[in-house]
Amino acid sequence: MGHHPPVDDWTSDFDHTDDVWAADPYPIWEELRTKCPVAHTERYGGAWLPTRYEDVAAIAYDTDRFTSRSVIVSEFRPPMDFAPAGIAPPISSDPPFHQDARRMLLPIFSPQAVAKLEPSTRAYCEELIDGLRGHEIVDAAEGYAQHIPVRVIANMLGLPESDADVFRGFVNHVLEGVALPLEQRAEGMLSLFGYLQGQIQDHIDHPRDDLITFLLESELHGEKVDPFHVARTIGLLLIAGIDTTWSAIGASLWHLAKTPSDRERLLAEPELLPVAMEEMLRAYAPVTMARLVREDMEWNGCPMKAEEWVLLPFPSANRDPEAFEHADEVIIDRAENRHAAFGLGIHRCAGSHLARMELRVALEVWLDAFPVFELANPAAVRWSGGQVRGPRTLPVRVRR
Amino acid sequence: MLIDVDLESQCGERPIRVGQARCYFTAPDLFEPDDIGDGYVIGDGTVPPGQEGQARLAVANCPERAITIDEDDDDEEGD
Ligand code: HEM
Repeated sequence: MGHHPPVDDWTSDFDHTDDVWAADPYPIWEELRTKCPVAHTERYGGAWLPTRYEDVAAIAYDTDRFTSRSVIVSEFRPPMDFAPAGIAPPISSDPPFHQDARRMLLPIFSPQAVAKLEPSTRAYCEELIDGLRGHEIVDAAEGYAQHIPVRVIANMLGLPESDADVFRGFVNHVLEGVALPLEQRAEGMLSLFGYLQGQIQDHIDHPRDDLITFLLESELHGEKVDPFHVARTIGLLLIAGIDTTWSAIGASLWHLAKTPSDRERLLAEPELLPVAMEEMLRAYAPVTMARLVREDMEWNGCPMKAEEWVLLPFPSANRDPEAFEHADEVIIDRAENRHAAFGLGIHRCAGSHLARMELRVALEVWLDAFPVFELANPAAVRWSGGQVRGPRTLPVRVRR
Repeated sequence: MLIDVDLESQCGERPIRVGQARCYFTAPDLFEPDDIGDGYVIGDGTVPPGQEGQARLAVANCPERAITIDEDDDDEEGD
C-alpha cells in the first residue's frame, strides 16, 4: 500500500503493508525465523510478529491472553463496548460467547450444504471462461479468480449480483486500506453497514429462502438474533469469504502457470487435485490474522503491552522448516501436510468447506478449458499487501 | 491399533470434534463428517488390519494435532 515509510529493519520496525512484503514476504519471514522469531514494530501503536509454527499455534490457542476483539491490524482498535460479540461475530468474539455465534453459521457451510452449491459454482466458472476465450492473454486474477467467490457468497446471502462491485470495493477498503487515515477507514465501514442495513430491512420486509433471512430467523441464547448482529456477521462473511478465496485461486493458478511439470501432472492425474490444492494452500496461504494483547505480560521473553497487536502469519508458520520437510518447496503430492492456512483453534475457518469447493471447481474448470498456460509477463504480476495476500494482476498466455 | 482423538481443550462439550476436515479426507474409512462438517471416528476407533496407513496419514494431516494412535492396542472387536 505504501502509505507508510519504507521498512529497513524488519526485526524492530516491520510493516506488513510494505511493498517489499507484498511482493515477496517469504525471505523476510525466513530471516526472522532464525534471527528474531518474534519481531516487533512501533507502527500501528505497537505490534508483534511471531514467525515460527509453534509460536503462531500457541498464540492462536491462547484465547485467555490474546483477544480477537479485532483481527485486522490498523491504527483503529474497536471500542470495548462491542463485547462480547465484537464488531464482526464470531471472528471478533472471545469465549464463551464465540461458540454459539460460530455454531449458528456452521450448518450453512457444512460439506453437505456446500455440495449443493457446486453445480451453480461450476456453471458460473464456465461462464467466466467463455468470456475469456479467444484472447491470447487473459488476466487470471481480474478476469477469473476475483469474480468466483463474490458471485457465490452474494447468491448465498441473497444480495443482488449487480452489487458485486459495491461489496468488492468494501472488502478491498477494509483489508487493503489499513494504512489509510482513521477517518477514511471509519467512513468505509459506515458505508458498508449502511448498505447492509438497507439489504437487511428489505429481507425483514420480504423474507426469502436465503442466508440473510436464515440468520434473521436464527436464535442465539433463546432469543432472535438482533439485526445488528446479523449485519456484522454478513459483513464478516463478505470480508472473510471473498479476498481469501480469490487469493487462493489466483495463487494456485500463478503456481501452475510458472510450473509446467506440476500443471502437466495434474492434467495426467486429475484425482491428485485435492492433495495438490492443500499443498498450494500451505505454500501460498493467503491469510494472516491478528489478536490484541489483553494485559501487560511477558510472553516468551517478549514484553507485550496491553492493546498491542500480534499478527498470526499462518503463511509463515506453513513455511517453517521445523514443522514441514522441504518447507520452501512445493511438493504437489505432499502426503503429510498439517498446514494452518485455515487457522488453528476455536476460530479456524468456518467457511473452509466452501472455500475448498470453490478452489477445486475453479481449478478444474480452468484446467479443462486452458490445459496449457504460462505467465505472460512475470514482472507484471502484482500481489496485494496486508493480511490477505494473493495475485491481483495475473496476466497469463493461454493456448488451446 | 487404536485411534484416540483429543480436542477437549479446543472444542468443549464434544471431545472428538475437529472441523478442519483433514481426517475424513485423508482417512475416509476411519473418520466421517457430521452434519456440520466436524470429523468423528467411525466405530470405536479400532483400526481394521490393512488400514494402519490411513490412520497414520490422518495423524500427520490433523492441523490441530488432535489425533493420536496407540500402536500396541490390539482390540479384537473392530468393525
Ligand atoms: C481459501 C480461502 C480461505 C482461507 C485461507 C480462510 C482462512 C481463515 C482463517 C485463517 C481464519 C481464522 C481466523 C482467526 O484465527 O482469527 C478464518 C476464519 C473464518 N473464515 Fe475463513 N478462509 C477462507 C475462506 C472463507 C470463506 C469462503 C468463508 C465463508 C464465506 C469464510 C468464513 C470464515 C469465518 C466465518 C471465520 C471466523 C470463524 C470463527 O471466528 O469462529 N472463510 N478463515
